[in-house]
Amino acid sequence: MAAGVATWLPFARAAAVGWLPLAQQPLPPAPGVKASRGDEVLVVNVSGRRFETWKNTLDRYPDTLLGSSEKEFFYDADSGEYFFDRDPDMFRHVLNFYRTGRLHCPRQECIQAFDEELAFYGLVPELVGDCCLEEYRDRKKENAERLAEDEEAEQAGDGPALPAGSSLRQRLWRAFENPHTSTAALVFYYVTGFFIAVSVIANVVETIPCRGPARRPPREQPCGDRFPLAFFCMDTACVLIFTGEYLLRLFAAPSRCRFLRSVMSLIDVVAILPYYIGLFVPKNEDVSGAFVTLRVFRVFRIFKFSRHSQGLRILGYTLKSCASELGFLLFSLTMAIIIFATVMFYAEKGTNKTNFTSIPAAFWYTIVTMTTLGYGDMVPSTIAGKIFGSICSLSGVLVIALPVPVIVSNFSRIYHQNQRADKRRAQQKVRLARIRLAKSGTTNAFLQYKQNGGLEDSSSGEEQALCVRNRSAFEQQHHHLLHCLEKTTCHEFTDELTFSEALGAVSLGGRTSRSTSVSSQAVGPGSLLSSCCPRRAKRRAIRLANSTASVSRGSMQELDTLAGLRRSPAPQSRSSLNAKPHDSLDLNCDSRDFVAAIISIPTPPANTPDESQPSSPGGGGGASSTLRNSSLGTPCLLPETVKISSL
Amino acid sequence: MGAVMGTFSSLQTKQRRPSKDKIEDELEMTMVCHRPEGLEQLEAQTNFTKRELQVLYRGFKNECPSGVVNEETFKQIYAQFFPHGDASMYAHYLFHAFDITQTGSVKFEDFVTALSILLRGTVHEKLRWTFNLYDINKDGYINKEEMMDIVKAIYDMMGKYTYPVLKEDTPRQHVDVFFQKMDKNKDGIVTLDEFLESCQEDDNIMRSLQLFQNVM
Repeated sequence: MAAGVATWLPFARAAAVGWLPLAQQPLPPAPGVKASRGDEVLVVNVSGRRFETWKNTLDRYPDTLLGSSEKEFFYDADSGEYFFDRDPDMFRHVLNFYRTGRLHCPRQECIQAFDEELAFYGLVPELVGDCCLEEYRDRKKENAERLAEDEEAEQAGDGPALPAGSSLRQRLWRAFENPHTSTAALVFYYVTGFFIAVSVIANVVETIPCRGPARRPPREQPCGDRFPLAFFCMDTACVLIFTGEYLLRLFAAPSRCRFLRSVMSLIDVVAILPYYIGLFVPKNEDVSGAFVTLRVFRVFRIFKFSRHSQGLRILGYTLKSCASELGFLLFSLTMAIIIFATVMFYAEKGTNKTNFTSIPAAFWYTIVTMTTLGYGDMVPSTIAGKIFGSICSLSGVLVIALPVPVIVSNFSRIYHQNQRADKRRAQQKVRLARIRLAKSGTTNAFLQYKQNGGLEDSSSGEEQALCVRNRSAFEQQHHHLLHCLEKTTCHEFTDELTFSEALGAVSLGGRTSRSTSVSSQAVGPGSLLSSCCPRRAKRRAIRLANSTASVSRGSMQELDTLAGLRRSPAPQSRSSLNAKPHDSLDLNCDSRDFVAAIISIPTPPANTPDESQPSSPGGGGGASSTLRNSSLGTPCLLPETVKISSL
Repeated sequence: MGAVMGTFSSLQTKQRRPSKDKIEDELEMTMVCHRPEGLEQLEAQTNFTKRELQVLYRGFKNECPSGVVNEETFKQIYAQFFPHGDASMYAHYLFHAFDITQTGSVKFEDFVTALSILLRGTVHEKLRWTFNLYDINKDGYINKEEMMDIVKAIYDMMGKYTYPVLKEDTPRQHVDVFFQKMDKNKDGIVTLDEFLESCQEDDNIMRSLQLFQNVM
């Protein structure tokens, strides 16, 4: 129901008195409304700025956060107000919606941020009022297009991350699509480009007249007829290369049907087909005319350059997207040509020896005049003809000049979009690398903590480094979580250096004699194993000796690919970039469960409910992980046996 | 001539509009909103106090303003705690353990119910929840393949740089040890009763179940 309707309800109910005399049955009893404190003022505290409004105002829209019981989740009993940790400037618009019934879109704010606020408060974007709706939609669409471009760019430019187990087909296809990925692909790319150029130049040079052998009178012949064998060989070589390339592409294409239907493959086929047809057509007089026509199609080889040139592709794409403008241009030109040709014909009809013999003959004149070419092979001689001729040329300028700016602006837009996409792709890699660097701080924090003897018994507290003692609750609990995972799997987290050292030790051990390797393994990494998992250490030592370096490398590769899947930070998940321990606020919630992931970032310290958090670092966590811990790796949990040797 | 141009331009704009609207419709349909039950009801159904529920909800709402978590978001959130390795498979199994009704999205009520069991439930309830987690196809039995998947997912979270170097058959060995302990009648599958019995016999497990009482 609309906003103000609720205010009129008492009036409507009072007006029901008019029905009383007419009612044939007794009317139902009135609903017992609780002592209506309708005029209660609610205080909504948004990040420190207090908004006060009637309760009724908020109740107008019961399917939103503020209008429903959902706001009770944000109620702070101590201060008696509803606290939201959101942007106060945006909240102003949300509250105005309740007051006026119209949601306005702020001009200077990012549309994405506004959308997120709407999603949080449960307001559907359709509620944006008519005055701001157009702008809201335009900005949203712009954003969506840009995001789609980014995604496409990510998927397309997914160069180096090809799964190791890809088939020859997949690798070939990737080499064809992105020539920059490997040197061989690049070489192939340039070689085909060179041969396309050679083929086109050969076609052109073929027709130049060269001076024939000394004869009286010296006859001029086109070069193609003079050196037929040379040109034939060159043509054959080019066609062979093109055929090979086409067949390779056909083999490597992930979807052959789609590839066959694509424009580039059609161009390829048209480029090489005339040659083959020419081979099979016998050289007799009847067919040679058609054969000569076929040679024209050889010029299509120049279109193969579009794989090599992005500008050409953009041009083609522009023409395709401006198809309607071009159609309009053609249609209006045709109309104008017919009109003016008819007029000119009838104007010049009377003259003797006139060129305007028929209306179709006058078409040529009209076209030449409208496009302001003016060859002068056909000119009007009567006065009427000259007048109409001048009108024709003037209107020609107009008709052609009108659609051209549209096409140009389309081209410019697409071209700039492409430039932007390329630039963004280049910057994206740098951005992601920097983000990864920042996030590695979190990864290294745990390793640092271990190095500083954090996992020692807390009884020897004095010797612990200051940094270990001064960790925030979040850090403590996160490290406890990682520590529990280590205990579950009986493996430890290390950094790359130690890992490569260990890897080197393993591979070396595999290559040297078996006996020494067993002993060295038992002493080195095995010592840890023996303390951690006594049952399995013996089995593992034997297995270590037996396993070759290749096996370990194989599993490394597997882990490599698994660990190499780095996910980019999620746009929705707010806590993604802020998961650094020192950035998070102090809290009582553990981070083991994703509970804490969710709670840890937004909740301010003042709001945490109970101070009964035990001060031990081991407090808190999801029981599920412990269960796995204990059920799967019982020996690992015994704290006394675990003495982690220094890394 | 002008009339022709006018009709052409209007035709063009009409052609363009339908495709634009389609994108808009898609954008708008993704706004699924879910509102949880009242605070009192949730307080009655779970073992949390009102304050705790409030804290939980605020965090939940911040991450998922629409009121439901889908699997992708869940995986991303969980992955942030294990930057070393790949937590996606384990998060997948966790998600399906949370999503009791198998709708593909976890609402706040499901979330809070599961947490209530895990943090404030009885030993029996916790163990049963864990059994449910391990039982991937929810047929009431844990077989070796399911256990292998779970254990592999856990080892994936360790990442590449571990000490000692992770071997290929480590998960399998781990599963064998587990089955040795849990499978009483050696029939290759672990039933709920076997699981409960074996866990209750193990002091370590019982002790560590109490470790995570004070999460909130």
